Amino acid sequence: MPFKRYVEIGRIALVNYGKDYGKLVVIVDVIDQNRALVDAPDMVRGQMNFKRLTLTDIKIDIKRVPNKKTLIAAMEAADVKNKWENSSWGRKLIVQKKRASLNDFDRFKVMLAKIKKAGVVRQELAKLKKETA
Amino acid sequence: MAPQQRKPHVCRNPELIRGVGKYSRSKMYHKRGLWAIKAKNGGAFPKHEKKAVDAAPAEKPPKFYPADDVKKPLVNKRKARPTKLRASITPGTVLIILAGRFKGKRVVFLKQLTSGLLLVTGPFKINGVPLRRVNQSYVIATSTKVDISGVNVEKFDDKYFGKKVEKKKKKGEGEFFEAEKEEKNTLPQDKKDDQKSVDAALIQSIEAVPDLKSYLGARFSLKAGMKPHELVF
Repeated sequence: MPFKRYVEIGRIALVNYGKDYGKLVVIVDVIDQNRALVDAPDMVRGQMNFKRLTLTDIKIDIKRVPNKKTLIAAMEAADVKNKWENSSWGRKLIVQKKRASLNDFDRFKVMLAKIKKAGVVRQELAKLKKETA
Repeated sequence: MAPQQRKPHVCRNPELIRGVGKYSRSKMYHKRGLWAIKAKNGGAFPKHEKKAVDAAPAEKPPKFYPADDVKKPLVNKRKARPTKLRASITPGTVLIILAGRFKGKRVVFLKQLTSGLLLVTGPFKINGVPLRRVNQSYVIATSTKVDISGVNVEKFDDKYFGKKVEKKKKKGEGEFFEAEKEEKNTLPQDKKDDQKSVDAALIQSIEAVPDLKSYLGARFSLKAGMKPHELVF
């Protein structure tokens, strides 16, 4: 099993620890064996240990350490936001966030919807069973 | 326009460090325009005369001095007021009762009484909780609100919920037990009517929201995987 996601300039990573937890950042330079210079449209460019980053499949085309304007333009060109939100990983994170923010009333409505859906599925299953039996 | 709108005054002498202002005494004198006030007043700072103080009436020395010094109690300026209501609890909020006979029931908050307790109703038809008082500490406030504008809760106060005091019967001990027990068990009709009138308007606004009626009829419970400190209510 060879590696598929490499640390390179332009690699998008997800921060998995610390103050910027959950943000998507771009690796903009490599400082040494353990640290990268990392940047995102809504944060100040700074160093981060690789252990705090999880690499994603997305890569953008930039030169080493671009300025903020160029970085944002490159991210728009590569359509990072939409690619992320349509990927299964990105979608999972969005669902997790939605579930965590549910109100007590919302949780009740979700429960009703689940029961309804299960009822419909069970009806269809019963119909199919009847046909084959 | 009626109350005088004053712009909040900007500081004339900004602080460099605590205790050190940017401008010296003489600079501040100039900034405050004290020279202009003096000039307007002809060279001296305007004074107004002190009001004549009436001489205090001569006090007679007291007739009696206690043998030991009597200690005066410390002054206490605290005022009794109802418990501070959490910001998340406003009239119409759905509350979850956590203890007592109705634990787990979701209930509508009406108002805070002067004793600090919360006046709450089921509504009775929906979940069996009558007009009742509940302590704020035994309640979780959800962020769901019900429209409570059609309900009049003016007449309810702590006295309404107090125990009824009956005249003591000292005569006839034999008859005493049987007669008393039969009377006490039923709710007076006017309380039932109060419940109905409060609930009528409430139930209308509850039925306007889909699923809210069954929500209020269901009890709350913690299921597997629910972490109360992570739940958003």
